[in-house]
Amino acid sequence: MTASDGASRIPGIDDGTNAAAVSTTAETSEPLDAATYAELREIGARYPQARSGLLPMLHLVQSVEGRVTSRGIEACAEILGISAAEVSGVATFYTMYKRRPVGDYHVGVCTNTLCAVMGGDLIFERLKEHLDVGNDETTDDGAITLEHVECNAACDYAPVMTVNWEFMDNMTPDSACALVDRLRAGEPVSSTRGPRLVTWRQAERVLAGFPDDLADEGPSAGPSSLVGLQIAREREWTAEARPDGDDDSAAEATAEQVDPASSGAAEGSHEAEEIEDDAAVAASDADVKHEDNPDNPGGDDK
Amino acid sequence: MSRFDTLTPVLTDNWDADRSWTLASYEDRGGYAAVRTALGMAPADVVEAVKASNLRGRGGAGFPTGMKWGFIPQDNPKPKYLVVNADESEPGTCKDVPLMMASPHTLVEGVIIASYAIRASHAFIYVRGEVLHVVRRLQRAVQEAYLAGHLGTDIHGSGYSLELTVHAGAGAYICGEETALLDSLEGRRGQPRLRPPFPAVAGLYASPTVINNVESIASVPSIIARGAEWFASMGTEKSKGFGIFSLSGHVANPGQFEAPLGITLRELIDLAGGMREGHELKFWTPGGSSTPILTAEHLDVPLDFEGVAGAGSMLGTRALQLFDETTCVVRAVLRWTEFYKHESCGKCTPCREGTWWLVQTLANLEQGKGQESDLDLLDDVCDNILGRSFCALGDGATSPITSSIQYFREEYLAHLTHGGCPFDREASTVFARQEVPA
Ligand SMILES: Cc1cc2nc3c(=O)[nH]c(=O)nc-3n(C[C@H](O)[C@H](O)[C@H](O)COP(=O)(O)O)c2cc1C
Ligand code: SF4
Ligand code: FES
Repeated sequence: MTASDGASRIPGIDDGTNAAAVSTTAETSEPLDAATYAELREIGARYPQARSGLLPMLHLVQSVEGRVTSRGIEACAEILGISAAEVSGVATFYTMYKRRPVGDYHVGVCTNTLCAVMGGDLIFERLKEHLDVGNDETTDDGAITLEHVECNAACDYAPVMTVNWEFMDNMTPDSACALVDRLRAGEPVSSTRGPRLVTWRQAERVLAGFPDDLADEGPSAGPSSLVGLQIAREREWTAEARPDGDDDSAAEATAEQVDPASSGAAEGSHEAEEIEDDAAVAASDADVKHEDNPDNPGGDDK
Repeated sequence: MSRFDTLTPVLTDNWDADRSWTLASYEDRGGYAAVRTALGMAPADVVEAVKASNLRGRGGAGFPTGMKWGFIPQDNPKPKYLVVNADESEPGTCKDVPLMMASPHTLVEGVIIASYAIRASHAFIYVRGEVLHVVRRLQRAVQEAYLAGHLGTDIHGSGYSLELTVHAGAGAYICGEETALLDSLEGRRGQPRLRPPFPAVAGLYASPTVINNVESIASVPSIIARGAEWFASMGTEKSKGFGIFSLSGHVANPGQFEAPLGITLRELIDLAGGMREGHELKFWTPGGSSTPILTAEHLDVPLDFEGVAGAGSMLGTRALQLFDETTCVVRAVLRWTEFYKHESCGKCTPCREGTWWLVQTLANLEQGKGQESDLDLLDDVCDNILGRSFCALGDGATSPITSSIQYFREEYLAHLTHGGCPFDREASTVFARQEVPA
């Protein structure tokens, strides 16, 4: 079963000619179109056992249908030779699969503890009010679905939001409102660490394993990801072993000794002065962080 | 003996390079040389090298990686699989995502070497679905690696062939648990499996399977390129090598810091410019929300597996979430507990029912409606979950509760006397009005 020719297995070879037609979000008894069936089969063929493709297949269903529909479930079941109930049981297990129509932009606000404390709770409350929707609800114009999300592995950029699962880092209530206003107005918005935002359906297609050629957009890393590396560069720290007795580094080593008796994390240790310069550099980074976010007008109380 | 600098960029070393995620940039810096080296070695010797490095799993549990690879029964006629755990969902953990975003080829190169070592013909990267741009970068890196002949049939004329599939998940913390991940990768609900059999014997499709964390696999090329000895000379006695330490929360400059294991939080906070102006550390997690919280007493604990265990917690994923005195510990713990309740897969009763009770009891306390005996009730329920649940999610759910009661009992009680939370939520935010220190 594992054998299949190499070329068709190379992910990313997707010329988009067989992109599925976008159907309406209303439930219809018509089966999904042939092109979608073909792509669903194609997903299954990536795996030694086709059933492994079910999660990406459901992502594809969402990209075509705007949610997980009954006919999408039927299609998966038919292709995999399992029951619709089985597919349904899988779909309901995972939070990214939606039974209700999702807007063009799925807006997530991280309200796990770290982000919540840093401002995520207030951001989420403000957005509910601003958009006049509750959790997991969509605005009347169908533009935005608001949902609070769990830790999205970006805690060093707290408070964190996502739009269609792209990072919007270092948000505030004001920048969050400005962001959704721009999305609703159809203005172009870019992720702080990624490309110009695509629609939720387009995003789901990428998650189904059909790349959209935007991999080269955005930076290598955001500023927080580089804080430690920048310090290492400034101090010429590397991962090379230093032979013992190396004068320079020995002096540095002593300077690195932190007095455990001193109180406070940064204050009190005789090392504090030495790091002051770097801290100032880094601190100025932190100051501009909110302004770095193109969607943050910088008008928040600070 | 040799010594090392305070920070030792290896995995993070190319994150500031121009277009670091591309094959061209990666190869310019010597990338994929380790694959050629490894392909010139016997697979068993690659396993030996990783054993000799003493690399321990970076996904939380710290199991020796080389030993795990050695468990793969090579006399088993079934295909072998490598599965990379890129689900990164443990609250506070944020190291694998920036790694895959900035340098997906480091991971792909590690996958090839690890797969060769265990003689796998198909490998998978199971990446959580909620990080779209990371998925894009992985897809592109894999595509580039195929086109360059690093993947596919007869890699560089070695006779070794490997397929690599990037697989996006769909939102479920439990799928980070390795056996739940396998079920999910088989297209099922992500629920943990009974062990034994262990994945090394019967994993994906009941075939021998190695599951490793992103950072574990990404560390492998450096071990092959620079030597097991180099790796093993870094770190502490039983916790060798380097790791990415993620600082988040009320610190002046949150971010990623790659250092030998054994660095202390005090050193890391100093590097991060101290706690935010005018505030002090109150509590922190050493390795994500599933590791018991620690306090300012623990600033000098060496952050290695043994040191943190000695302080009553776990190194976990080095997800250092720092909270200052403006943070209500009860609010923090309640939120984590709601997370565990939401993410409990429902397979076993202690976790499914227990997390529900924990949330009820904590929510009451937080609103000042409970009573002092509720703290004993919490401890009791935790007792019934810890060690009795089917997987480590249940155990993890108890960590923040029991540790916070241990260190902050008075703060729980203050909610009762105050008739609710005595803290100002605004004060703990990043956009709080700066109070001018007197
Ligand atoms: C609830 C739960 C979630 C987990 N999430 C992850 C995760 O996101 N990434 C990860 O590498 N390991 C995670 N683990 C640990 C894995 O089960 C496993 O130990 C690890 O992937 C092994 O890789 P390593 O030996 O390289 O660390 C999780 C464990 C549990 C119990
Ligand atoms: S401990 Fe929780 S997550 Fe783990 S198997 Fe039991 S119910 Fe599922
Ligand atoms: S807690 Fe919000 S990204 Fe981690």
